[in-house]
Amino acid sequence: MSEPLLQAQGLSKRFGGLQALSGVGFDIAEGEIYGLIGPNGAGKTTLFNVLTGLYVPESGTCRFAGRELAGMKPHEVAAAGFARTFQNIRLFGNLSAIENVMIGRHARTHAGVLGAILRTPAVRREEAGIEARAHELLDYVGIGGRANDVARSLPYGDQRRLEIARALATEPRLLALDEPAAGMNASETLVLRALIEKIRADGVTVLLIEHDMKLVMGLCDRVLVLEYGKVLACGRPAEVQRDPRVIEAYLGAGAAQHAASAPAGAAP
Amino acid sequence: MSDPTQVCAAPPGRAGQSRTRAWLGVLAVAAVLAVLPFVLGLAGQGWVRIFNFALLYVMLALGLNIVVGFAGLLDLGYIAFYAVGAYAWALLASPHFGLHLPFWAVLPVGVACACLFGVLLGAPTLKLRGDYLAIVTLGFGEIIRIFLNNLNAPVNITNGPQGINRIDPFRVADFTFSRAETIFGMRVTGPEKYYYLLLLLTLLIVAVCVRLQDSRIGRAWEAIREDETAAKAMGINTRNVKLLAFAMGASFGGVAGALFAAMQGFVSPESFSLMESISVLCMVVLGGMGHIPGVILGALLLAVLPEFLRAVVVPTQQMLFGEVVLDPEGIRMLLFGLAMVLVMLFRPAGLWPSAVRKRELARTGGGA
Repeated sequence: MSEPLLQAQGLSKRFGGLQALSGVGFDIAEGEIYGLIGPNGAGKTTLFNVLTGLYVPESGTCRFAGRELAGMKPHEVAAAGFARTFQNIRLFGNLSAIENVMIGRHARTHAGVLGAILRTPAVRREEAGIEARAHELLDYVGIGGRANDVARSLPYGDQRRLEIARALATEPRLLALDEPAAGMNASETLVLRALIEKIRADGVTVLLIEHDMKLVMGLCDRVLVLEYGKVLACGRPAEVQRDPRVIEAYLGAGAAQHAASAPAGAAP
Repeated sequence: MSDPTQVCAAPPGRAGQSRTRAWLGVLAVAAVLAVLPFVLGLAGQGWVRIFNFALLYVMLALGLNIVVGFAGLLDLGYIAFYAVGAYAWALLASPHFGLHLPFWAVLPVGVACACLFGVLLGAPTLKLRGDYLAIVTLGFGEIIRIFLNNLNAPVNITNGPQGINRIDPFRVADFTFSRAETIFGMRVTGPEKYYYLLLLLTLLIVAVCVRLQDSRIGRAWEAIREDETAAKAMGINTRNVKLLAFAMGASFGGVAGALFAAMQGFVSPESFSLMESISVLCMVVLGGMGHIPGVILGALLLAVLPEFLRAVVVPTQQMLFGEVVLDPEGIRMLLFGLAMVLVMLFRPAGLWPSAVRKRELARTGGGA
């Protein structure tokens, strides 16, 4: 088997007295949709922030496409091909949708001060390319008609999709989505699911934090379950769903015993 | 592909008709700007001088606008860069050190020094935001002024509070800007010559601002202003981009400072007080942060209006009451404050705020 796209080992992060992550390790293969679930406060977003360079872990390593992520600055992580969205949407609210996506092209373009002032033919071409690509991406996520709307004024679901378009503009190999379905209704979630599948089909590996279990179980190839900053279980959705420890974490100890006895009773 | 109208304030039009109108507008403004000093000169050379200072303030406001308006970094010590530019010119082109370097040597040195100080201020404040950044920049502005005030001992560098006198004027070969002379049968005074020089530099700075704003760099500044964390996650090296904003803003201040020294022939630390920093900030806020035409308007208004009041209020009172009841100099700050309060109440985004929301981005085609 080839080397995984992302390989994390022993990641730990502490906030004062709270051990937010302790010894988290996992690996994501190229082309996978990898789910990250766990109860509230389990450390999912902290893990995201550690991976993308916003937090510096106390220990652990994290190799991404042959490079070490730990110690990289957030913009270097993005440049390395690892893009993300945020749980609480963080768009550039006062800018238009198209400008948001154009900013996402920053890491893949080069115009400097002098080029921008002199507006050389190369810079003009680059600018035209940025704009064309941004329009493509807005169409790709299905909000092409909203290009000139102010990001803040977009409906909630469209803001989520705009964030995905902006992240895709950085040409990631791995796209990390932090609760993209939060606050969406059932039909919006279906559209989102189709979008994530399309993104994967186009060759981008997806890491997904999500509370919508139906979405996670239907979409992900593998799932990692976190609880109290530790890995509780990891595997295919069907396996994880049956894991008594996972059921206990979500529903309590009684439910786990019930779940464990149920299959035994069903098969005499 | 080509889009020469972008330098002007008019937005790219829907059709050729509005483009023609935009060009007519540019021509009209150009004609007005070309004859302005002679018109002002009819009211007295003092008015030309006042307008020259207004142009210096436009440069300063545009420079500060890059830092405050584009990148969203509140800077209360901006006048320090003006001081650095002014002293660079004063030290390198005056009898103080006996140096009389030509403008093409002094101006780049002044700009480079201002840039360097911009980075010096930017580097330690990279992680500060809002109020904290404002306090540090305020301190920085005062530090520069106090240094200039005290660097006359043990080695006399800045000549302390007495300032530096008899500074060389701007001179290109034998053409001296401070002297009146007759060109093509027309008598052109010193302030009028400086006017054209300042206008040229101001237009240059406006063009640089417009192009930077609508570029990869300008977008990165906007991203930082809107959400720094998200900007980082989008691959923007916020450290470099912020330092660039400080350096660009400071360099405009440096240009303005150098010309101030050349035009005045005299610099002293008291020209660079905190009040000046706040005035320039007021121009940016009053005009419309981040909107280049608005900032220009704000700078012109706040620079010319007090002088206008001075010239109008005193004679009016003398005519009406036979004496000066209210000294405009005394109520100047009051009017200034009142104007700011009114603007904040009724036009919180500034007199001429950015129309970026309405901007139409052509869906197809390379240009426009």
